[in-house]
Amino acid sequence: MANHTLSVLVENKPGVLARVAGLFSRRGFNIESLAVGPTEVEEVSRMTIVVDAAESALEQVTKQLNKLIHVLKIVELEPAGSVERELQMIKVSADGQTRSEIIEIADVFRSKVVDVDTDAITIEATGSPEKLSAMVRLLAPYGIRELVRSGMIAVGRGSRSITEGRGLRLERSA
Amino acid sequence: MEITGAQAVIKSLEHEGVEVVFGHPGGAILPAYDPILDSPIRHVLARHEQGAGHMAEGYAHATGRVGVAMATSGPGGTNLVTALADAHMDSVPIVAITGQVPTVAVGGDAFQEADITGITLPITKHNEMVTDPTRIAAAIKEAFHIASTGRPGPVLVDIPKDVLNARFAFSYPDRLRLPGYKPTVRGHGKMVREAAREILGARRPVIYAGGGIIRADAHDELRRLAELVDLPVVTTLMARGAFPDSHPNHLGMPGMHGHWTAVTAMQRADLLIALGSRFDDRVTGNLAAFAPGARVIHVDIDPAEIGKNRAVDVPIVGDCAVVIGQIIDALTDLLSRDEHTVPDYTDWWETLRGWKAAHPLRNDQTADGPLKPQTVIRAISDRLAGDGIVVTGVGQHQMWAAQHVRYEKPRSWINSGGLGTMGFCVPAAIGAKVGRPDQTVVAIDGDGSFQMTLQELATARTENVPVVFCVINNGSLGMVRQWQELFYGGRWSAIDLGYDVPDLVKLAEAYGCAGYRCERPEDVDSTLEKALSVGEVPVIVDFRVDQTEKVFPMVPAGASNDEIIESAEEWYAKAAAGASGGAGEPGGAAQLPPHMREGNVV
Repeated sequence: MANHTLSVLVENKPGVLARVAGLFSRRGFNIESLAVGPTEVEEVSRMTIVVDAAESALEQVTKQLNKLIHVLKIVELEPAGSVERELQMIKVSADGQTRSEIIEIADVFRSKVVDVDTDAITIEATGSPEKLSAMVRLLAPYGIRELVRSGMIAVGRGSRSITEGRGLRLERSA
Repeated sequence: MEITGAQAVIKSLEHEGVEVVFGHPGGAILPAYDPILDSPIRHVLARHEQGAGHMAEGYAHATGRVGVAMATSGPGGTNLVTALADAHMDSVPIVAITGQVPTVAVGGDAFQEADITGITLPITKHNEMVTDPTRIAAAIKEAFHIASTGRPGPVLVDIPKDVLNARFAFSYPDRLRLPGYKPTVRGHGKMVREAAREILGARRPVIYAGGGIIRADAHDELRRLAELVDLPVVTTLMARGAFPDSHPNHLGMPGMHGHWTAVTAMQRADLLIALGSRFDDRVTGNLAAFAPGARVIHVDIDPAEIGKNRAVDVPIVGDCAVVIGQIIDALTDLLSRDEHTVPDYTDWWETLRGWKAAHPLRNDQTADGPLKPQTVIRAISDRLAGDGIVVTGVGQHQMWAAQHVRYEKPRSWINSGGLGTMGFCVPAAIGAKVGRPDQTVVAIDGDGSFQMTLQELATARTENVPVVFCVINNGSLGMVRQWQELFYGGRWSAIDLGYDVPDLVKLAEAYGCAGYRCERPEDVDSTLEKALSVGEVPVIVDFRVDQTEKVFPMVPAGASNDEIIESAEEWYAKAAAGASGGAGEPGGAAQLPPHMREGNVV
């Protein structure tokens, strides 16, 4: 089994998230992460779903997803042909002694401090899931009070757009 | 002109050509029950919403049109759940309209509130709660389109009471807006030619025809294909009637209780031509041992079925009628060229005909012995003589009816295959008769199945739907009894129903139906003659049959189809031979095949 990244374009209708998420659990798949948001096309949302599945099982779940009336298109994004990013915010325990060390680590990861209190510091970071995990490892010794990750989003490299092409005729928003 | 949401519902149903709605009223759906009085649409009042759902299914099975069920919020909707799940498994086109609590109350645990779109998410092809009254017409139009096209299935439209009561200007849309829904109808040309070449190159081909043939109305194409190059055909439980039983190319039904020749032909085939079938576990047995030497052509309108259970050599997504037509054209084209000739399946046919002669279905009826269920079902078949419609519940009677009735036409056999819903028979038979009043509808039910929905006898009587209900009464839950005998050493647990409660003849009287009882083989014919000549009112016949009779052939669940067993004697002989130290007495654990001892009886 391996992680696969699916970009799923859906009509922005009530319950569509439940339909998609429910289908994964019903067919016995674990979703590693799921992120949803609007797209450049009005009334179309894009879900980025990372799923841990064997190739044949992934094909079956993709076919089942395609049967959902509100699903418009599914594209599997290969890591080599796409840019993958995730947003992470970490609240780390910090006192006068450790604060500067923590800020140094944040700098190394090109992340930024978004909030400081007397005994804690909150860092915002973006990057690949691997990079974010590495950062967590380095900050763990200081005491992580809260950790929140957005789920991965991804976009294909090059000029092509997944909202173009066969099988998807949608009006573009101005 | 302004009309109410409820009026819009009824008008939309009229626009879709609906002639009958099966339903049960209640608080939230009340607004829709007023305008239906002024509509030409017939409303059939079921006694339970599950009944309404199965009636809609029976109607759809029998007519090929979309069946409609209507119910109120909360328990009205949840009572429809079994019928929706059944329609989902067997690809039956039905539309369910449910009332919902007013929009402001949704989510607040109001009286008779249930999240029915949430509940039915996994068991409908699609569903929607309509919150904008001006969307009612579009939602219903889409529901009918989705239910009846592609792989058919159930669609539920849930409408809050305030939306039903809202007033607005109505217009019926002439266009659908479903950007995410476009079923593939025509098969890929290259794959079609590949399929034709596979057929011409095969030595031992078998057409494995499924329910998709019936759904696609592809029975004529199937017959043309089989006759074009003399291909053997098996018809699955969902496809009985898709190919005439009397046709010399028909081998019977495959599967757990299939005909020996049909099961074995698939095991020995070098090419399976799967048409609208889905390699269900009841057909394949142990998947790893199923048709080990066969290449596979798989035609299905649902891409997700292709490759789901069995790897496929030639996948073709499309409508069965269209794709079979394409394959026929491709075969004709190839045969018109010099390098191709009509394939010679002589050896294969010789083998198959030999098997057919050596392995007929059995009926062990003796003149002075107890009445055998097979005797009753064969007599029904003889009476119908290929006409009429047979509807069953789920259990032994269903398997005997699938095996022993001669089916000649599509839509002459209606049952619950995928979900296996006991209680399907009575309401589905009513729905079938409502849809096809010109046809004799014989409901063959078991005494267990019958008692799950027998309140719908009142519907049959009051709506003047003269179905003949033949209850194969063995006083027990027969299929469970059979499994307890074969797999649990004859330790009977919770299977005893008794022959006498309820007294089916008195029950018939209570419901204003004609009632007969038949206990001896010599009385079967005359009883059936009386029952089938009643005509005006529904009939219940209590056929009291031998409780110990079992359904054979049988492939034990999880076993290879090569292990098909044709009779109880063969079963016990094999169990005895397989047991060490002669511990093969009936009821001993030794009779369980190895894979069953590990507790994986499904």
